[in-house]
Amino acid sequence: MPPSPTERPDRQLRRARARRARRSRPAFLRYLVLTVLALVVLFPIYVAVVGSLLVPDQLVHRPPALFPTDPQWGSYSEAWSAGHFSRYLVNSAIVTLTITAGQVITSILAGFAFAMLEFPFKRTIFVVFLATMMVPFEVTIVTNLTTISQGIGPLHFDWHDTYRGLTVPFLATGFGAFMLRQAFLQIPRDLRDAATVDGYGNLKFMALVAVPLVRPTIAALSVFSFLGAWNQYLWPLLVTDDDRLRTVQIGLKQLRSTALDEINVTLAGTILAAAPLVVLLILFQKQLIRGLTAGAVKG
Amino acid sequence: MTARRPTSRRAQRRREAALGYVLVAPALVVFAIFVFYPFAKNFELALYRNPPFPHLPRRYVGLDQAVDVLTSADFRESVWTTVVFAILSVPAGIFLGLALAVAAHRRLRGIGIYRTIFASTVTSSVAVASVIFGTLFNPVIGWIPALGFNPRPPVLENPDWALPAVALVSVWQNIGLSFIIMSAGLQAIPDELLEAAEIDGARPWRRFWRVTVPLMSPTIYFTIVVGSIFAFQAFGQIDLLTPSNQKLLGTNVLTYYIFSNLRERQDPGTAAVLAIALFAITLLLTLTQMRLLERRVHYAA
Repeated sequence: MPPSPTERPDRQLRRARARRARRSRPAFLRYLVLTVLALVVLFPIYVAVVGSLLVPDQLVHRPPALFPTDPQWGSYSEAWSAGHFSRYLVNSAIVTLTITAGQVITSILAGFAFAMLEFPFKRTIFVVFLATMMVPFEVTIVTNLTTISQGIGPLHFDWHDTYRGLTVPFLATGFGAFMLRQAFLQIPRDLRDAATVDGYGNLKFMALVAVPLVRPTIAALSVFSFLGAWNQYLWPLLVTDDDRLRTVQIGLKQLRSTALDEINVTLAGTILAAAPLVVLLILFQKQLIRGLTAGAVKG
Repeated sequence: MTARRPTSRRAQRRREAALGYVLVAPALVVFAIFVFYPFAKNFELALYRNPPFPHLPRRYVGLDQAVDVLTSADFRESVWTTVVFAILSVPAGIFLGLALAVAAHRRLRGIGIYRTIFASTVTSSVAVASVIFGTLFNPVIGWIPALGFNPRPPVLENPDWALPAVALVSVWQNIGLSFIIMSAGLQAIPDELLEAAEIDGARPWRRFWRVTVPLMSPTIYFTIVVGSIFAFQAFGQIDLLTPSNQKLLGTNVLTYYIFSNLRERQDPGTAAVLAIALFAITLLLTLTQMRLLERRVHYAA
């Protein structure tokens, strides 16, 4: 049986404080453990960075080099120009920003309607939104592929190899609308009444009062959407064949199959593909964590 | 004057309702076209067998095709492969994430840097992770063969090792998300509980298994279910690391199987049946998760 930790908490607390002061392990040992763990987690990335800076002759050296003694940055310019990564990165940026903006906007609009407005069948429509979260995108690809290239019913799409084909299916998310609804519900009723007294209509209230108030949620959703959109793999692979439309993820596959004997160039491309998200993580870690744990911790 | 008021209020309510529909419409249109229609269409496609040559009419076969696909050895093998892939990738990722979360759950100067590093693999795309691990496994230049693990044929061409290798990519990728979710879960546990166990003389290992893990069990269950759902959507690793001979190498996971029926075999009927199966499995996992969440509400009450 584990020690019953809830028993007499105040006494245990006092004892804990006293003993902790006496027995706390030296801090450097903790740093040592953490540093070793960090090195293990980063090892694959580190090796990729080193590999990108070696020339093929150095790459085959055994054991592999741990440091690039004479770093060769040429692999990056080769991936950038000959490997078309400048193009792929622009494509990924266009696709990702479009999807992120679309998801944020449609989620704000729907979330506001669900939280602040009354209309018939509101609950039913909300359940429909939630139901979309139960359908993995992979389940819908068979028909979506036809829809993108031919259209649906009276609508004629010819969107294979277009930015529209890459983005339009992802312009709305049930998860985002749910997140925004929850955030809008936190806005005090009084504030809304005051705005009404001041002559704010619903749209004016949404744009000038409600949206600024839920900015943290919008930031979390934006970062979450950005991450998902940038890293998409299956759908861009299915709807693009034209090299000019390739996103950076599919570009990696391309680079890998054409530059197999130049692994340093492939690795340079990998670093280029990952770099924007590393920047995103460093700048917006808090928002990212908020978005990722939104479903997990609050239940 | 008094007679006009209810009318104007009704007009106002109608305006509000109209606005409500306008605001939900954009998302609803996207969902209708790209979620619900293709979802329903799977059930229709499943009833038709594809012509042996393109441009011939498809043939209505009722449930025959679905029965054929779902009872085929290929399907069973694919589901089994996916289950093994999930077993290889999900628990390991969760355990590592939890261990890192416990290690980083201290107030130390500079801990933020470690937390960023531990969370960092969440940003890695499946393509980035796969290319990096593909290089690590590379028999000529890779670190893993250099460190002594060098089976013949090489890992990614070896039926015994291809699936574990592909799963390892996911383990590494999952560490970040698992760390983030576990850290959030740990923060919800009062520090006093762990300190009390420390006082009672529980060694770190014992404390981890006897106190932290039971207290974290709702979060762990949640992560297992979400991880399993993701595992059933695994595709990029397979496409990049074992681009041919998935069946021979034992890496033909369910989503890859859908893809190959769609792209290579041009057989939307079979792909639709497989998509329905994927949905059914995901639904089962989601319902399990809801059950567990319900139980968690009871814990808290």
